[in-house]
Amino acid sequence: MKKIKLIFYIFSFTLIFLNNLNADNSQQVDKISKNLRCLICQGQSVYDSQSDFALSMKILIDKKINEGKNEKEIYAFFKNKYGEWIVYEPEISQNTILLWAIPLILFIFGGILIIRKVSIK
Amino acid sequence: MNKNIKFIIIILFSLFVFFIFYKGLEKPNNYFPEKNLNKIETSLVFKNLNDQKEIILEELINNNSFSIINIWASWCLPCRDEHAYLLKLRNLNKIDIIGINYKDKKSNAIEFLSDLGNPYHEVLVDLDGTKSIELGAIGVPETYLINNKIVVKKYVGPLDDIKLKEIIEIIKYEKN
Repeated sequence: MKKIKLIFYIFSFTLIFLNNLNADNSQQVDKISKNLRCLICQGQSVYDSQSDFALSMKILIDKKINEGKNEKEIYAFFKNKYGEWIVYEPEISQNTILLWAIPLILFIFGGILIIRKVSIK
Repeated sequence: MNKNIKFIIIILFSLFVFFIFYKGLEKPNNYFPEKNLNKIETSLVFKNLNDQKEIILEELINNNSFSIINIWASWCLPCRDEHAYLLKLRNLNKIDIIGINYKDKKSNAIEFLSDLGNPYHEVLVDLDGTKSIELGAIGVPETYLINNKIVVKKYVGPLDDIKLKEIIEIIKYEKN
């Protein structure tokens, strides 16, 4: 009887353990796929899309995580394959410097306007 | 004075916005990845469609001449359209065509080939679509013209008369 109990416990614990492992992976897959653009469905992330391309991407992300790749390496892998467009957050480069700088410039500009208004009063 | 500056700033800003959107109009809406795609992943291991034997892609690609990789599926209608062009290419007997069967049922794929003819020297299987992604594909059909592990031409979508002519031109040009 004790043996059966023991086997039962070991069995359920391994189940829980395996389940947890899988859950961890799928959470990471979700996180990464949210940051990747689905290239054939406009305006959707890989996470949102159910297209063949996106489904395969999710499987591949899962595989890469199992291979021990971290998030950055996975982004780099896809960038290498599909160009920078596939990640939602653009890198700072000559082409995208305006994109990053404009909000900052507007913020400073607005700040100056407010200070001037206050000091005039 | 102050009013003037504000006016000028507003005008400049609207011009700027107009310019950005105007530029945006010219750009095509569809994105085709082009950068960094020159090299092809040759270390991928595929299964053969007929006997399920494992093959490394590298073994199939001719190092000194051209090969074509064509990604297809029996459920994909444009693939049916382009099949005649692949057969024409095959009949030239100048180039190896490697087919990658994308997310397909084995029986359907075999039926497709026996119905329409088999232009491929080797048909490989990509059941879950991940290997096609490693090759840089976004869907079916897609065709790569490869020379020395480098992608010379990449065609997204079905082949047609113009693309076929282009391929034949490139093959001829390189050989002479």
